[in-house]
Amino acid sequence: MEQTYPTATPLVRFVGVQKTYDGVIRVVKNLNLDIQRGEFVTLLGPSGSGKTTCLMMLAGFETPTSGDIFLGDQKLNTLPPHKRNIGMVFQNYALFPHMTVEENLYYPLKIRKLPNNQAKQKVERILDIIKLKSFAKRRPSQLSGGQQQRVALARALVFEPQLVLMDEPLGALDKQLREHMQLELRQLHKALGLTVVFVTHDQGEALNMSDRVAVFNDGIIQQIDTPLNLYEYPNNAFVAQFIGENNTLAGTVAHLSGDTCRVSLAHGAASGARVSDIKALNESTLLSIRPERIHLNEAAQALANRFTATIRDFTYLGDHVRVRCELLDNDQFYVKVPISDTLESLQPGMTVQLGWRDEDARALSKP
Amino acid sequence: MSAAMIDDLPKLKAQLRRAERLKKLKALALIAPLVIFLLLAFVFPIGTMLWRGIDNSEMQLALPQTAQLLQQWDGQNLPSAEVFKSLASELPSAQKSGALGKYGRRLNYEDPTLKTLMTQTLRKMPIEPPSDWSQTLPQINPRWSDPKVWQALKNTAPRLTDRYLLASVDVERNAQGDLQFVAPDKKVYLDIFQRTLIISGTVTLVCLLLGFPLAYLLATLPTGTSNLLMIFVLLPFWTSLLVRTAAWIVLLQSGGLVNNALIGLGIIQEPLQLVFNRFGVIVAMTHILLPFMILPLYSVMKGISPSYQRAAISLGAHPFKAFWQVYVPQTLAGVAAGTILVFIMALGYYITPALLGGPSDQMVSYYVAYYTNTTNNWSMAAALGSLLLIATLVLYAVYNHLVNKNPVRR
Repeated sequence: MEQTYPTATPLVRFVGVQKTYDGVIRVVKNLNLDIQRGEFVTLLGPSGSGKTTCLMMLAGFETPTSGDIFLGDQKLNTLPPHKRNIGMVFQNYALFPHMTVEENLYYPLKIRKLPNNQAKQKVERILDIIKLKSFAKRRPSQLSGGQQQRVALARALVFEPQLVLMDEPLGALDKQLREHMQLELRQLHKALGLTVVFVTHDQGEALNMSDRVAVFNDGIIQQIDTPLNLYEYPNNAFVAQFIGENNTLAGTVAHLSGDTCRVSLAHGAASGARVSDIKALNESTLLSIRPERIHLNEAAQALANRFTATIRDFTYLGDHVRVRCELLDNDQFYVKVPISDTLESLQPGMTVQLGWRDEDARALSKP
Repeated sequence: MSAAMIDDLPKLKAQLRRAERLKKLKALALIAPLVIFLLLAFVFPIGTMLWRGIDNSEMQLALPQTAQLLQQWDGQNLPSAEVFKSLASELPSAQKSGALGKYGRRLNYEDPTLKTLMTQTLRKMPIEPPSDWSQTLPQINPRWSDPKVWQALKNTAPRLTDRYLLASVDVERNAQGDLQFVAPDKKVYLDIFQRTLIISGTVTLVCLLLGFPLAYLLATLPTGTSNLLMIFVLLPFWTSLLVRTAAWIVLLQSGGLVNNALIGLGIIQEPLQLVFNRFGVIVAMTHILLPFMILPLYSVMKGISPSYQRAAISLGAHPFKAFWQVYVPQTLAGVAAGTILVFIMALGYYITPALLGGPSDQMVSYYVAYYTNTTNNWSMAAALGSLLLIATLVLYAVYNHLVNKNPVRR
């Protein structure tokens, strides 16, 4: 395959990659993905969606059934994993329990037969970066989860690989520590100019850290985009459902012009919406509106799409209240309302006015 | 803290003590049956057995006064007339009570002719006690004027003796009481101990070489397959030891399956000697002890995540190197446990070498059994057993030290 690219070559390229274990079910179906140098790309998806398989193919622990993977100019398919020069952070850290922190960090450098003084310099520098210099002589079992996580990261970085892979590295930490480590990882990525491929099933983590997120389902990338675009402009119903919270109303496309359309809903109601992946008039569609884009009563007065709904119950969440309403036969229709005095006048069973703008609703093809 | 609470403190402490004492008592009551069983069935019998290795009470039971007097004698020339008299006066009653028979067996270990000397002297004793037994006894048998006879008797006089333990390592005391090796033609036990260590070591090594890959396979295979294989590993456990040993004779004897197959294939012309020699012993012992190596290895390997090797490979190590540098060190605890278990069990092996080995393949336990059953020399059996026990304890201490020095905690 001789192809030239006018712009800088991407660091990682998946070209038509497929993977099957049993010859029947394709875990990964026709994957095409380019990752640029210095990018933080997250592979996000439910378990069994093929994201980890993709990471393992990149690391070399799985081989693609068909298709090619490139790292820079090098074709990876036949290159054994230990020659790929890719750093990897494992879910359970996989720090060698019989070695100290320092010995763990020296390990990749010794294998590369780096002279002692250079190796020492690198290990000291990375220990400085992860702020664990005083723990160098300890064994991994004597460190806390967060510290082990930092050592695992340091070990994957110390030999300065072109690419760092992370397989749900924060999954074992508690929520507070996880958020702290997300921040630290993000800072390290910026400071060292790393290229990172990160696998997670936690959408909050993906949105928080990534330059781009690839949403996997059924072995296919459903959408790859910046966190903002994924959330605000989901390509299809799966992405809309998977990223963040989402209200859906079933309907059909009644009017279609460019990237806006009109969707007719149950009981003769209708709403304007942006077009995502619908293609034709009269197609059945899911109208999707984020809970925080819906306005209540007075705030809804000036909006193009107004509906009457019945309040079912409230969930108090400190900074806001989730109001569950019944709207057009959907009794799981949530509205996110900021804490305010008006809330106190609302009771379950009351009818309220709900409203949203055309551009806040999206018409998605029914899966 | 309020005054009332301070006043309550002693009371609270007493309550706590009472509660804890009750808890301890309950725990003790629960383990009491086991402790009693162990004391009666294990500690006591083994203790008495080992005691026999240093027990030297035969003379003190048969001839108490003479034994005491002989201990005071300096061992030069002849003992005083008082000793002669005491011996002559105690001999008849010793014979009556039967203690002389046991003492005679003890004397045999010193000098086989002494027992006859005793019975003969007893027979020829004058009815009227003479005035000076130191004259009369040598008249009955001139050997009573030989200091060597009295020295031999003196050896049997103390309550405790180290002669059996020394004999177990081919050492004896000469006439001056100094330690020396026995004559080369009588040297046996050091060879036997060496042989025991060599056979046990070989069996342990072969078990490790065969067991490690198998345990690795068991730990890495999918559960269904590994469970099936595990049953095959455990199958020998459910067969009687004797049956397994006999099966090896059937397989390995000169007209057995293995030889017939090899001859049938034209690989050999004459049947090979595969059994009743060292080879047969090692094959059968390895087969019997292999599960004891595999099980600890398997349990340790099962706990090692495959991601360690992957991590090492991702860091640039060749898969072999990753296995050797990252996986194997983590299995050391299992290797140590399996090795020490197999080695200690092999040290005490008796039935397999007895049935499958030649005369030069018998291990210490064989001689323990020989002394217990055949020659009725329980003291020697106890001494050999004690040395085996000491060797085992030393090994265990070394093992413990090594394991604690290099802890792999996860």
